[in-house]
Amino acid sequence: MALLEIDNVRHSFGGLVAIDRVSFEVAPGQIKSVIGPNGAGKTTLFNIVCGLLRPESGSIRFGDRSITGFKPYQIARAGVSRTFQNPSLFLQMNVLENVMVGRHCRTRWEFLGCGVRWPGQPKEEAAIREAAQTQLEYVGLAHLAECPAGALAFGERRMVELARALATEPQLLLLDEPGSGLNTREKADLGRMIRRVRERGVTILLVEHDMTLVMDLSDAILVLHNGARIAEGTPSEIQNDDKVVRVYLGGEMNHVAAS
Amino acid sequence: MKPRLKPGLSFTLLAAALIVVPWILRWADMEYCLTQLTMSLYYAIVVLGLCLVMGYAGQVSLGHGAFFAIGGYTSAVLTTCDVSKWQTAAWLGWIKQSPFCMAREDLFGNPILTLSPWVAFFAAMALAFVVANLIGYPALRLRGHYLAMATLGFGMIVNKVILGTAFTGAADGINGVPEWNLGLGLTVSGKRALRIENYFIASGLLLLLLVLLHNLVRSRVGRALQAIHDRETAANAMGINTALYKLKAFVLSALMAAMAGVFLTHYTAGIGPSEAGALKSVRYVALAAAGGMSSLWGVTGMSTLLNYMSLRGLFGSYDNAVFGLLLIGIVSLAPEGPLKPLARLLRRFVGACRPPNAVGPDAARPDNGPARRASDQTQCLFP
Repeated sequence: MALLEIDNVRHSFGGLVAIDRVSFEVAPGQIKSVIGPNGAGKTTLFNIVCGLLRPESGSIRFGDRSITGFKPYQIARAGVSRTFQNPSLFLQMNVLENVMVGRHCRTRWEFLGCGVRWPGQPKEEAAIREAAQTQLEYVGLAHLAECPAGALAFGERRMVELARALATEPQLLLLDEPGSGLNTREKADLGRMIRRVRERGVTILLVEHDMTLVMDLSDAILVLHNGARIAEGTPSEIQNDDKVVRVYLGGEMNHVAAS
Repeated sequence: MKPRLKPGLSFTLLAAALIVVPWILRWADMEYCLTQLTMSLYYAIVVLGLCLVMGYAGQVSLGHGAFFAIGGYTSAVLTTCDVSKWQTAAWLGWIKQSPFCMAREDLFGNPILTLSPWVAFFAAMALAFVVANLIGYPALRLRGHYLAMATLGFGMIVNKVILGTAFTGAADGINGVPEWNLGLGLTVSGKRALRIENYFIASGLLLLLLVLLHNLVRSRVGRALQAIHDRETAANAMGINTALYKLKAFVLSALMAAMAGVFLTHYTAGIGPSEAGALKSVRYVALAAAGGMSSLWGVTGMSTLLNYMSLRGLFGSYDNAVFGLLLIGIVSLAPEGPLKPLARLLRRFVGACRPPNAVGPDAARPDNGPARRASDQTQCLFP
C-alpha cells in the first residue's frame, strides 16, 4: 500500500491552473523525485502536500487516513516533515534550539505546566535536548550546537534544517530543492545523507533541479509540465522518454553541459 | 556563550535586592517613595506580559492599557456598587450571608453592601479572559501594522465606552474602592501604615510572575513562540499550532495586565479612564522596547525605573512626550533596546582587559568571523 496517495489534485491561482488533476503515489521506503521546468507546479504540489495550500479538488491520503485540508501543523503531527527551498531556520535561536523546535509535535507540556515546571516537565525538556543533540550528531553538526543559527554557512543551514525535520520523527520527508545553492562536494554529501535517511526507514519526496542528484538518488521520478503529469517511472525510463527529453531534459542537459 | 548567572541565583539576588530597598529608603528618610515604587512594580507586570506577546511571540499589541482598565474597572465597579438597593430581590437574603459579600461604609459613612474583592478579582479575570479571546481570535490573524491598528482601535473603544458609561463614573472614574484582604494577614491598601507590606505584596507578585515567565520562555512553549516570531510558516510546518499559540500568549499577557489593574485599583482605591487611553498602551510598548523586548529582566527593570521616574513627576508635564520620544529613539537607534548594546560594550571592555589567551567557546570555530556573533542578529521591533 502506498504511504502517500495524491488523487486528482487540482489547484489554481486566479486563472492560472498550477496543478491540473495530478495523481501519483509514493511507496514506503521510496525516494521519489518530482522534476519539471520552472513553473511546472512542483512547489505548488509540495505546498499542497504539506498543507500550506488547500487543493481545490482531489484528495491526499497519508498512510490509512485522509489528510486533505489539514493544516501544516496537523500534517507534521501525522508524520510528514519538510525542508524549505531557502533554509528557514529560526535566526534568533542557536542551532540546538532550532532542532529542539522540531521536537514540538512529539512533546506535550503546555503553558501552565512549563510555567510552573510541573513534575515531569523538566524531564521532558531534558529529553527534547538530548533528542535534538542526537539529530545534530546524525547530520554531523554537533560541534555547532551553541552557534547562533544566523551565523551558519548556507550548506550548514541546510543540514540543520534537515536535522530539525528529522527531529519530528517523520515517516515522509519532503525536501524542496535541497541541492540548490550547494557546491559539488556539498551536493555529494547531501546525496549520501539522503540515502542514510532513507535507510532509517524514512520515505522521501524530493523536488530538485540537479539532474545528476535526481537520477542518482531516485527510485522513481514524476515529471510535471504546465501543471500536468507528463511521465512517471524509473530514472532510466525517464531519461529515455521522448516527451520528457523534449520539454525538459533536453534543454536542461544542454544547459548543464554548457555551464 | 556569555558568562551568565544561574537563574536560581539571579532570582535570589533580585529578591534580596527587593527586600533591602525599604530599609535603604527608611535610612535615607525617603519612605514616601515606596508608594510610587509599588505602583511602578504593578505597571511592570503589564509590561512583562507585553514582553511575552511582543518580544517572544512577535505580536504587537497597542491595547494592553484596555486590559489593565478592564481588570481595574471590573474590580472597582463590583466592589463599590451597593447591592442592598435590590432589597426586594429574593437572592439578596442568601447572598448577604455568603462570604461573597462585604458590608462596609462608603466614603460618606453610609452603610453599603458590596461584593467582596475576591469575587470581583475572579470576575475581572474572567471578563479579561473572554474579551482577550474575542479580540485575539480575529486580530491575531492580522500581521504587523494591521494587528497594531486593530489592538489600538480596541483600546480606544474601551476608553470611549468607559468615558460614556454612567456606572463606570464616566470622566471621573471610580473612587472609594475598598482595601483587599488577601488572607494570610496581607491587605492590598494604600494606607500609610501598610506601605511596606504593600510594597512586598507588589514585589512578591512581580517576582512570582517573572519566575513563571522565565520558566515558560525556556521551555518548548517559549521556543515555539520565538519560532512563530522568526518564521511563522516554518514554525507551523514543525507542528506548532501557530494560531493557538499566538492566542494563548496574547490571552496570558492580557490576564497579567488585568491582574495588575485589579491590584493597583485596590492599592490606589480608585481608577480613572486615562488608564485605558491609547497613550497608556503606547507607553507600555515603549517600556517593553526600552527593556529590550525579549529580555524579561531588562523589561522588568526598565519599566519599573521609568514608571517610577514618571510617577515621581520627573518628566513634568512632558510625561507622554518623553515616552513617545523614547519609543522613536529606540525604534530608530537601538531596535534591540539600549541594554544589549551597553552590555556588549561592557563585555568588550572587560574582554580587552583580559589576557589574550582567555577564549570563549566562540573561538572553538576556526572560521569565527565577526558575522558569527549572536549579538549581530538584531531583532525587528515590528515584524
